Amino acid sequence: MNTLTTPMGEANLDGPNAFPDEMGHFGPYGGRYVGETLMPAIIDLEKAYASISPTPEFQEALQVLLHDYAGRPTPLFHARRLSAEAGGAAIILKREDLTHTGAHKINNTLGQGLLAHFTGKTKLIAETGAGQHGVATATTAALLGMECRIFMGKEDIRRQAPNVRRMELLGARVVPVSSGSGTLKDAMNEAMRFWVSAVQDTFYVIGSVAGPHPYPAMVRDFQKVIGIEARQQILDMQGSLPNALVACVGGGSNAMGLFYPFLEDDIQMIGVEAGGKGIATGKHAATITQGTVGVLHGSKSFVLQDSNGQIQEAHSISAGLDYPGVGPEHALLKETGRATYVTVTDDEALSAFKTLCLLEGIIPALESSHAVAYAMQEAARRSKDESIIVNLSGRGDKDLGILS
Amino acid sequence: MNRIENTFTKLKEKGESALVGFVTAGDPDMRRSLDIVKTMCASGLDVLELGIPFSDPTADGPVIQRSSARSLEGGTRLSDVMDMTRSVRASTDIPIILFSYYNPILAYSPAFFYDEAVAAGADGVLVVDLPPEESDEMTGLWPGDKLSLIRLVAPTTPRERMDYIAQAATGFLYLVSKTGVTGSDGLDLAAIAANTAVLKSISSLPICVGFGISAPEDVAAIAAAADGVVIGSAFEKIIEDNLENPDLITIMGATVKGLKTATVR
Repeated sequence: MNTLTTPMGEANLDGPNAFPDEMGHFGPYGGRYVGETLMPAIIDLEKAYASISPTPEFQEALQVLLHDYAGRPTPLFHARRLSAEAGGAAIILKREDLTHTGAHKINNTLGQGLLAHFTGKTKLIAETGAGQHGVATATTAALLGMECRIFMGKEDIRRQAPNVRRMELLGARVVPVSSGSGTLKDAMNEAMRFWVSAVQDTFYVIGSVAGPHPYPAMVRDFQKVIGIEARQQILDMQGSLPNALVACVGGGSNAMGLFYPFLEDDIQMIGVEAGGKGIATGKHAATITQGTVGVLHGSKSFVLQDSNGQIQEAHSISAGLDYPGVGPEHALLKETGRATYVTVTDDEALSAFKTLCLLEGIIPALESSHAVAYAMQEAARRSKDESIIVNLSGRGDKDLGILS
Repeated sequence: MNRIENTFTKLKEKGESALVGFVTAGDPDMRRSLDIVKTMCASGLDVLELGIPFSDPTADGPVIQRSSARSLEGGTRLSDVMDMTRSVRASTDIPIILFSYYNPILAYSPAFFYDEAVAAGADGVLVVDLPPEESDEMTGLWPGDKLSLIRLVAPTTPRERMDYIAQAATGFLYLVSKTGVTGSDGLDLAAIAANTAVLKSISSLPICVGFGISAPEDVAAIAAAADGVVIGSAFEKIIEDNLENPDLITIMGATVKGLKTATVR
């Protein structure tokens, strides 16, 4: 077995399918750190996911929804004017912003919603930051005829108002969370508390590759459609693989979805974290690049914390990246060096946002703008015969209030 | 015999259930917290659960969330909780259980935590978000076995999992009274009695019941079947309602006396 010895133990490197192990560990990261009331529920979920998701009935139902309802496959688009502006490698956009509801989040909520349906649960709950996962969950609940409750920090409710209205139109109840900083971390705390009280009939749809096992693996599996499509599309487009992949990382679901099918390929993978007002100011959400190992929301990974193990508040102009944790598989990819993680500030993301609007006629989400910003820097360092795929994970209509 | 076994053996002989009291260390501030805890111990408390404050207490309801936030605002660190434990130990012989989420212990280092806790006079630890599946990474670093590891059993726990948990537990078993966070309402006394009976049939450890218990009549009803009754949010509510009241410590002492009466069968 090909192993890597890390400060936290041995990590198995035998291909992407080796992780997680049967206890939900990605090398030294991941696992299940939840109270006993939830343990039976996540063990049941793990069993249900393992037995139901591979069945032809489930896969066919999911494929039909992804194709007919979500609008997959999404296009792969060579952004020529953006590439020329950056000056270097070709920048190619994977257009997840064109899915129904306007972000990659729908890939996962349709998968988890169907699993809920197959297991007889009648209610969905979710946490949301930017509101994209909340909208996608509310959409799925409406489609499948389920009750839906979305937990959202009061600060995020303020800065992502259009998505709150959308969730309400879709029949969901949006529960404001005022504890802590009133952002994604606090919404997830409250969703977990609610789930403890309603665990018998309620399915908790976690929106990122975070949380206790099996969520990080399950969400990755539902999102890997992004990378599977992109890999085939780039081969069709240019006859070769790209030289690099770039995606923004909050919890890390769109990045994991793009990276995973390319893990065995000899190409670079870059996760872009929110540098906020600048790393030196301390007001950022750069969990992998600046954090330390800890346990938050049910799994072990990098977290932003003080020396006493108290979780710190993150900062980003983009609500979807404003999270002091990150998925455990990213922690492993960082440790093994298979992926690299960098940061982009609020200002750099805003600048890239405007550039993409003006040069390509695409209004990206502020989250995705972080990836665009870094891709332009990376492209400038590469030659014209190279190419970079950027995951344009969502559209920016929701952010217009922040920009005005 | 350690302090935990000793306490439950003596209570059993007297026909009493244990009154287990939880408060967050450092709430509303370290000085008053120490006075509160010492008064509670002197007023008939049988077992003390001392809460280590955490920024993201996902198993706790609003009352304990706010107590944790007040303590952290006052700057409480885990080392301060160890100092407080040492100080409480100097004035009482009742078992002291440290109640924590895992991350503060991980940041402190599990081995150092063990050494400090034992030296301070703590008898056990309950780590609410560390299930048996993950706990080897903590106990594997413990250099001894002087600290009991208190385990939770929930109403959702299937029978075969109860066996698994009971095998890994020491000290006593903590039965969560309901599916909910701490301090939530809706006690089902019949279900609690049934779960207590199941646990008693598979483990010889004392069974303590907690989460959302506050009324003396509920304490009495649960004490009839269980070896201990845990009160947490109800104590924290008194602290919160009397933050500026100079009689806070007297009120806490009187409340403990009243609840202790209810545990005498």
